[in-house]
Amino acid sequence: MQTSTKPNPLKTPESSKLQRRKVDGTGIYRRAIAESFVKLNPLTLYKNPVMFVVLVGTLVTFALTINPDLFGSQPGTRLINGLITGILFVTILFANFAEAVAEGRGKAQADALRRTKQDTLARRILPGGQKTEEVSSTQLRKGDFVRVIAGDLIPGDGEVLEGVASVDESAITGESAPVIKEPGSDVASTVTGGTRILSDSLVLRITSNPGEGFIDRMIALVEGAKRQKTPNEIALTVLLAVLTEIFLIVVATLPPFANFVGAPVSIATLIALLVALIPTTIGGLLSAIGIAGMDRVAQFNVIATSGKAVEAAGDIGTLILDKTGTITLGNRLADEFIPVGGHNGRELASVARAASMFDDTPEGKSVVKLAVSQGATNGYNLDGAESVQFTAQTRMSGTDLSNGVVLRKGAVDAIKRYVVDQGGETPPDLDAATERVSLLGGTPLAVCEGKEIFGVIYLKDIVKPGIRQRFEELRRMGIKTIMLTGDNRVTASVIAAEAGVDEFIAEATPEDKIRVIKENQAQGKLVAMTGDGTNDAPALAQADVGVAMNSGTQAAKEAANMVDLDSDPTKLLDVVTIGKQLLITRGALTTFSIANDVSKYFAIIPAMFSAAGIGALNVMGLTSPNSAILSALIFNALIIPALIPLALKGVEFKPLSANQLLTRNILIYGVGGLIVPFICIKLIDIVVTAIGLA
Amino acid sequence: MEFSGFLQIAITLVLMVAIVPFLGAYMARVFQFESTWFDKLFDPVETLVYKLMSVDTKADMDWWGYARAILISNLAMFVPVLGVLLFQGSLPLNPNGIPGMTPDLALHTAISFLTNTNQQHYSGETGASHFTQMVCFQFLMFASAATGLAVGIAFIRGILGRSLGNFYVDFTRGISRVLMPISIVFGVVFLSQGVPQNLSAITPVKLTDPYTTSTTTNGKTETSEVTTQKLFTGPFASMESIKELGENGGGSYGINSAHPFENPNPFTNVIEILLLLAIPTSLIYTFGIMAGNKKQGWVLFGTIFLLFVSLISVAALSELNGNPTINSVLGSANPNFEGQEVRFGWSETALFATATTGTMTGAVNGMHDSLTPMAGFVTLFNMFLQVIWGGQGTGVAYIIVFLMIAVFLTGLMVGRTPELLGRKIEKREVALASIIFLVHPVIILIPAALALAIPGVAANSNPSFHGLSQVVYEYASAAANNGSGFEGLGDNTLWWNLSCSVVLLLGRYAPMLALLALAGGLKAKRPVPETPGTLRTDTVLFGSVTAGTILILGALTFFPVFALGPIAELIANQAAKTF
Repeated sequence: MQTSTKPNPLKTPESSKLQRRKVDGTGIYRRAIAESFVKLNPLTLYKNPVMFVVLVGTLVTFALTINPDLFGSQPGTRLINGLITGILFVTILFANFAEAVAEGRGKAQADALRRTKQDTLARRILPGGQKTEEVSSTQLRKGDFVRVIAGDLIPGDGEVLEGVASVDESAITGESAPVIKEPGSDVASTVTGGTRILSDSLVLRITSNPGEGFIDRMIALVEGAKRQKTPNEIALTVLLAVLTEIFLIVVATLPPFANFVGAPVSIATLIALLVALIPTTIGGLLSAIGIAGMDRVAQFNVIATSGKAVEAAGDIGTLILDKTGTITLGNRLADEFIPVGGHNGRELASVARAASMFDDTPEGKSVVKLAVSQGATNGYNLDGAESVQFTAQTRMSGTDLSNGVVLRKGAVDAIKRYVVDQGGETPPDLDAATERVSLLGGTPLAVCEGKEIFGVIYLKDIVKPGIRQRFEELRRMGIKTIMLTGDNRVTASVIAAEAGVDEFIAEATPEDKIRVIKENQAQGKLVAMTGDGTNDAPALAQADVGVAMNSGTQAAKEAANMVDLDSDPTKLLDVVTIGKQLLITRGALTTFSIANDVSKYFAIIPAMFSAAGIGALNVMGLTSPNSAILSALIFNALIIPALIPLALKGVEFKPLSANQLLTRNILIYGVGGLIVPFICIKLIDIVVTAIGLA
Repeated sequence: MEFSGFLQIAITLVLMVAIVPFLGAYMARVFQFESTWFDKLFDPVETLVYKLMSVDTKADMDWWGYARAILISNLAMFVPVLGVLLFQGSLPLNPNGIPGMTPDLALHTAISFLTNTNQQHYSGETGASHFTQMVCFQFLMFASAATGLAVGIAFIRGILGRSLGNFYVDFTRGISRVLMPISIVFGVVFLSQGVPQNLSAITPVKLTDPYTTSTTTNGKTETSEVTTQKLFTGPFASMESIKELGENGGGSYGINSAHPFENPNPFTNVIEILLLLAIPTSLIYTFGIMAGNKKQGWVLFGTIFLLFVSLISVAALSELNGNPTINSVLGSANPNFEGQEVRFGWSETALFATATTGTMTGAVNGMHDSLTPMAGFVTLFNMFLQVIWGGQGTGVAYIIVFLMIAVFLTGLMVGRTPELLGRKIEKREVALASIIFLVHPVIILIPAALALAIPGVAANSNPSFHGLSQVVYEYASAAANNGSGFEGLGDNTLWWNLSCSVVLLLGRYAPMLALLALAGGLKAKRPVPETPGTLRTDTVLFGSVTAGTILILGALTFFPVFALGPIAELIANQAAKTF
């Protein structure tokens, strides 16, 4: 497999939660209050049919407050009309506030990003090569060449053409360790505008026009500027609009009925009934829930390009996971020394230690650690020794001692060839040792001194702690996991069994990814995957949820619908949870909102038609018709801000089966939605009566 | 008396449930084109019919093709029926010399029978010739029932992802294999019980027990002995069975199944109740079989059954407790007897009233206008909801639509976007389901409000709460294609005939088109495989959720009407106030 990931080896699913980016809360609320009034503009409010009806109702009751007999002589007084107007107005403000708060969190995040985006001077390379001119970064266009040197802010998204340099990307990733950028490599050759080059210099080709760069897009996304309603939100809005229409008809046809039975009602009361019945709670919170869903993803340092992607994450049926970095810690660690050719373990450990002395990779370090623990001796004099780096051609690394002794460790066949080329022999038990390691799912490394092979190091893939349990949770939720790895079948099957994935694909190519995605999609499943290389881009685009690693290439990031700024592929699992949480929250508040109607009916109808002698329906024993109507309306208004924290935080998600989840949530939000308002309206009525409001 | 009354209800319910698996399985075989015992009998007949109508039985229709076939065939049936009603006076088989209907009455009557409603603004004895009864009414009783059945089956096929089928084939098989055979059998049963089947004119017969009446005019009292009675009879036994089986409900006589010639005894009464419940109850099971998930069928059946039993209990207890005002005058506890046949009594009347309004039959064996307030509430409630079994074919479809909305509202709570039977419920589905939910209140509440607001058009016999119920009932009955009446309305007026005609048409065809469009759209959707994360709709839990959705969404819409109608009447009644 050609793709690779840059994992953070110690990050487990749990620790990524701790890594949530904190948003500065100061000012969000103050700004949201101001926004609540701005959002009263009917031209924007009409997009929310429920709240628009409330606004029209407010205007009518306001007119009735000024002139109670506007529509002919009416029962009811100016005071009560005024109170109704006030409560309705506050209801709209609360709904606007919910949306504004949700947006405000995104805005705060956008501000943080925007701070990284400064106009800088860029050294544009003039045609012909060596000369540069200084221009503002805003003047750079796609295709321009620039040179950046240590200390510069990188003026725009670009591709590295020349040089090797370390770059501080903490502005977007929060990761303080600098990253090496160099040309050629898929992942390391792209840079993001707004990050800072710390050492050396690079020549870049700019890949985006000003205002279209990665950070610009992220700012636009988190600000919700381009937020579109998701398919489910649209469908729900249709239903809420229809419910609103139905209740409009119910209320509009009431006066003839009421007059016929000799219990006429006032327009203000009718509007009060209408507003109480239409689903204002979910109508007021719907967009806040959606925005908050994207925001929760963002708190995990994942930027979703659309709310649709977050919603789709909840529906994921198949997760395609790269083995390395997602399921296993990125690095294999030495687990055992298997001596061959008559050598003993201690000898092998000593050779392995010396051969790995200059190997800074986690594998190398683990070899040294294991060797020391197995009693490796300092039999080799390392003074003046030289390091031999691993290359793709030699596929081995090692140490050349000053006395001419050559120590190597590497791929078994590479070492074999190396030894044979020098006239050495391969010990007869080498193949058996190699095979044993392979069967265990490990990677064998042969170790030699000169032309003599000492043995094999068993490098073991370490499955991330807790990952097995996560996969079990996913299975309970009905999500299938497929592991992709470049390893051979044997190795792959061992890791797959250890991690507990449902399926695995060994010796996988990027084409395999697309094939697996398409196969699963053909079964009607939504598929999520992570990727970072350019060759992952088609698969990322094909997947329903494609999460690109921020360390990945521009092509990958553009094809994906989410970008993980921390480049931690395990977060895909969290993204699925957030998607589910978003949907559950929306469903729970919808159910709650509609269930509330029962109690509101029982509060308002007996009060409205007290003249028809149906006081017996006043099951809550509310003090007076006016207090009943006001209490129901006050409850209707207050429930919106009361539920804002839930809308923003999301309903707690537990990895249970669908039926368990439904039972639990129906009891809380359905049955609760029936009962809670009875209690609350009664309490509000007591207060309303006590302060003499009605 | 109480015990035997409830026992009668219980026995009827047991029989009703016992029929379901047999008839349900049979209908599944019929409409999935599986072999049945009767193939040898029906195949040649149907082949001939298809040949005569030049129906290509292999040609499946898309939803619009199916809908178009319904609209065209219904229009083709409507025109000649309207002609017969207008000119029945000059047509044969009219021994009683009944004149043609006025244009507005003819229009209303034709539409009423075409839409499987059988709302009658005429009285059988004086308004319809034998020819009309047979050629118009009995014909449309089969045709409208078969149309509804076809829609129900096409809807089920569509939501299961299958082709909707061919309307003409479904229509033909519905009549030849379901409606006709059962009707013939029970027509003979009714005949054996004394329901007339002839083409006679009104016959005077000698009373076995003559009696005297006295009339007082201008202070003079005249007494006279009555020795003969004029008996109105006709081809009614054959009509009676399809009247109930097809959820039609149009009586040969003005007082419908309260008349001894339409419903002679308690045995025929039970048969009638079972016939009118048979198809809508069994179709739910048919759905379960076709879906390959009988449990789903039983869960839906159980959900509706519990609602049905609750409503029967409310109606029966209300009738049993009688009218408190009368009881306080009498000084004893009596059940309600006003408007009831002594042969049937409170329990059979309450059961019949609940069953006939729950299914969209509309036959009555007592006068609904005289029901106690809570029993009246039950009849209105049934027609507002249209799913306590519901109409022929459309009932099961509405139940599934409620299931769909329940899934849409609560399904999100399992953390996935909602799906029903492996298909995503999205904007289009919600919009089309909404048409069904929206049409009903629109065509009941708006005309009722107009009738009460415009002076003099309502012509209701009662003031206040009961008068309100009368008016709302008439439109609810028309909108739900039920056809029963609260009566007490002078309803053969231009206003009632025309306004009800509009309501009848909208109440029938708007939801039908929406159902077919819904089925067509779902059919085209790519199914989502079931996983442990999928919301299961075939559980007791989800049955309860569906019931909750039906009650909250269906009933809350009409809560103010209930409050001002039957509930206000009940409270006033309890306070021993009379109106």
